Amino acid sequence: MRLELRGITKRFGSLVANDHIDLVVEPGEIHCLLGENGAGKSTLMNVLYGLYTADEGEILLDDEVQSFSGPGDAMAAGIGMVHQHFMLIPVFTVAENVMLGHEQTRGGGRLDLEAGRAKVREIADRFGFHVDPDAVVEELPVGVQQRVEIIKALSRDAKVLVFDEPTAVLTPQETDELMAIMRQLKSEGVAIVFITHKLREVREVADRITVVRRGAIVGEASPGASDAELAALMVGRAVELTVRKDAPTYSESALVVKDLEVSDARGTVLVDDVSFTVRGGEVLVVAGVQGNGQTELAEALAGLQPNVRGSITLDGQELVGRSVRQIIDAGLGFVPEDRGVDGLVGSFTVAENLMLNRADEAPFAKLGMLQLKARDQFARDKVDEFDIRTQGIDVPAGRLSGGNQQKVVLARELSRELRLLVAAQPTRGVDVGSIEFIHKRIVETRDAGIPVIVLATELDEAVALGDRILVMYRGRVVGIVPSTTPRDVIGLMMAGIAPDDAGEAA
Amino acid sequence: MSASQSAPAGDAAERTVAPTSPDSGGADGGPDHRWREAIARVTSGGWAVAVGAVILAVVAGSIMIAVTDPEVQKAAGYFFSRPGDLLSAVGDAVGGAYSALFRGAIYNYNADTFEKAIRPLTQSLTYATPLILAGLGIAIGFRSGMFNIGGQGQMLMSAAAAGWVGFSFDLPAGLHLFVAVAAGVVAGALWAGIAGVLKATTGAHEVIVTIMLNYIAFYLLSYLLATPGLLQAPGSANPKTPPMAGSAVLPRIFGPQYPLHLGFLLALVAVVLVWWLLNRSSLGFRFRMIGENQYAGRVAGVNVSRTIVGSMLVGGALVGAAGATQVLGLITNGFGSDIDAGVGFDAITVALLGSSQPVGVFFASLLFGAFKAGGSAMQAAEGIPIEIVLVVQSLIVLFIAAPPLVRAIFRLPQPDKHSSGRKKPRESKAAAAMAAPTTPTADGAAR
Repeated sequence: MRLELRGITKRFGSLVANDHIDLVVEPGEIHCLLGENGAGKSTLMNVLYGLYTADEGEILLDDEVQSFSGPGDAMAAGIGMVHQHFMLIPVFTVAENVMLGHEQTRGGGRLDLEAGRAKVREIADRFGFHVDPDAVVEELPVGVQQRVEIIKALSRDAKVLVFDEPTAVLTPQETDELMAIMRQLKSEGVAIVFITHKLREVREVADRITVVRRGAIVGEASPGASDAELAALMVGRAVELTVRKDAPTYSESALVVKDLEVSDARGTVLVDDVSFTVRGGEVLVVAGVQGNGQTELAEALAGLQPNVRGSITLDGQELVGRSVRQIIDAGLGFVPEDRGVDGLVGSFTVAENLMLNRADEAPFAKLGMLQLKARDQFARDKVDEFDIRTQGIDVPAGRLSGGNQQKVVLARELSRELRLLVAAQPTRGVDVGSIEFIHKRIVETRDAGIPVIVLATELDEAVALGDRILVMYRGRVVGIVPSTTPRDVIGLMMAGIAPDDAGEAA
Repeated sequence: MSASQSAPAGDAAERTVAPTSPDSGGADGGPDHRWREAIARVTSGGWAVAVGAVILAVVAGSIMIAVTDPEVQKAAGYFFSRPGDLLSAVGDAVGGAYSALFRGAIYNYNADTFEKAIRPLTQSLTYATPLILAGLGIAIGFRSGMFNIGGQGQMLMSAAAAGWVGFSFDLPAGLHLFVAVAAGVVAGALWAGIAGVLKATTGAHEVIVTIMLNYIAFYLLSYLLATPGLLQAPGSANPKTPPMAGSAVLPRIFGPQYPLHLGFLLALVAVVLVWWLLNRSSLGFRFRMIGENQYAGRVAGVNVSRTIVGSMLVGGALVGAAGATQVLGLITNGFGSDIDAGVGFDAITVALLGSSQPVGVFFASLLFGAFKAGGSAMQAAEGIPIEIVLVVQSLIVLFIAAPPLVRAIFRLPQPDKHSSGRKKPRESKAAAAMAAPTTPTADGAAR
């Protein structure tokens, strides 16, 4: 079956998650949708699967316009989805899971388990999966559970299969097996949409590659394209963003990170032996494909990671081992990656959010009493200064658009006396109008002689904002290079290639 | 529920207004527009649901009363020959029941003197007193994201502590009362604090911990009451304490003929203090912050563990005050292990009914106090089983727990789904509380 998306547009408030996306997937083709997290891939697939209704555009299957009001419709039309987080019932057997939702029964409402088993065996044999229909799902390895998901989709005669970041949970070996399965499905004439941000996988199986960025299709590539080309496309080639900034004037102040190691509760090392220095008056961009330890690095700087070894010194003060409060008091301004969860209390008003981490100190509190006048005056000032578009300071912050929410966080953090600013993905999900403003304020902070660290996944932003760029890969520092470094070199570094080799390769 | 109240209200206002403004042709800011907005704000708030739930419960209660009334049953037997009889029997039963409720709860217009007529009101306020205090304590937990259903245990422990100080110490009048109340407050705070500490340090779920602490408190108190030399009255074989010393008893506000004691004033002060705490203090700001979004609280430098413990201590202290007023105000001649009189659980209901807002808790408690006082009168005057009164009470809770139902019946606008997203977990928690074992209230202690 041929899948075609025409002009799909989906907006959330003022944020355009999908901007007139056209996509064609032919039967027997693996079409790769490549893009960073938050680029709008999942939104698009949710539209396709009937979970969201597109504001504009249409979905066609074999040139017939479809209208899905829910996943049931999409499934009936022949679209199957293999979710990143499996939609399986762990305590049920494989056969039971596959039957779930369209159970065959014998008289009296008794389940016809034999029919389910037969179905599983038939599909498993056809594709050479080794899956026991009577195995309990939770006892199976993750890779096999994923196969159950695939069988489930195929058992409903899916002709279009969407794999949403299928390799995120797999080991390299399981990934190889999945690739083999995808090729086999392809040879059976299934149209496959493969969502990922991993370049290696794309090059291995894709027939066609479409790159999505900031909700729009930014280019197509053939699988023969080099890693550098793909990386450049994915993180942005066209220089749309320019930030006016002069050469840095360094101040005395400095953040020194030495031999930093961050591990999670299970002991997996997420940030591995990271050392760098940021001087006052410069912006160090920490770049890398998502999930390579940048988030954990930023959280460690803010005191939010429990298992940290090594040292972080700000103007000579050791920060490791201090509480979040103490680090804030030491002068850290922190813009967290997920502002809706970590940066704001959505049900609190704009005014309350603007003093969220200062509710104990003057002028916002005296002797434990909140000073509402001071709070409201401050809020009005900041709403003006940061051009926060809100109906009033008493509006719950959760009702603001993403860009304005981010301005609230930024206004709060930049209004304190700072000695260090850490901004994680400061412009993600932010409308274009606000991006420029946010960049400007970050540069102003740098020009005030404060060390600034910005986490960025987009190359545009990294190059525009950074004086130097630190590239992380699998928790380690690949290299720290000046922002004048060619983009394809940085792109290769994001794939884990050391700067010297990357320079030669590019 | 609670803190995010203004959010859905505002959202709904915006939504209801948006589609109307085009038709009304630029009538923005016009009186019509403003009225619509005001109505939308009121009808989508928690208050409208609370009022709607009460109305529905009263209607459902009327049906219960009518159906269980013997006269009505008799008249229904010959409905087709004389339908009027059934209607008048229903009218008599329902009208009689609710007028008895009114007479028993607010003003007995059949009494000879005003002094006697007003007594039911003071009775209602007396029953409301521990509910206000305990309801505030539970509400503080809700606002901090803690589902404290250990009101019973906290009350029992505070009653034990306040009672022990009350009957065994020999202190000057004012001081004795103060020390006794303080002992109750501290005991309640510590008992709730156990759950807070366990949650903060080990992540143990406060619901299960507080339930178990209820059992522990109940059996511990039963043991203390049954053991000579501890809380048991000397020379008695009953599991009951000796009477409180006169110096530790809360004075009656309007003299001995009215039951209303100083605890009610304490409760009024508590309403103001809790309102101030939640809305005007840094501590309350932190409570609400972790209640609404623990992650943002943590990033903002709030010590989440300490705040959890703090909110449980403050909440437990208020519940403890409720326990103290029970033994020092209501049942001063010695108490048994049923001294909590179901207040610990009713406090959860009251906190929910009052949207965890101090003023809301106050009025919800008055309503419950009135039901309690009026229920006895309904039984005495009209022969309506006390169970029916309890059914009506429970129906209120049931309707409160299902806001969409109430909204649907009264065609109230739905709050915006996006902003209520964060409320979801707590609403389901509230539902869980409804499923939690609410012991049939031991009214004996109150009567």
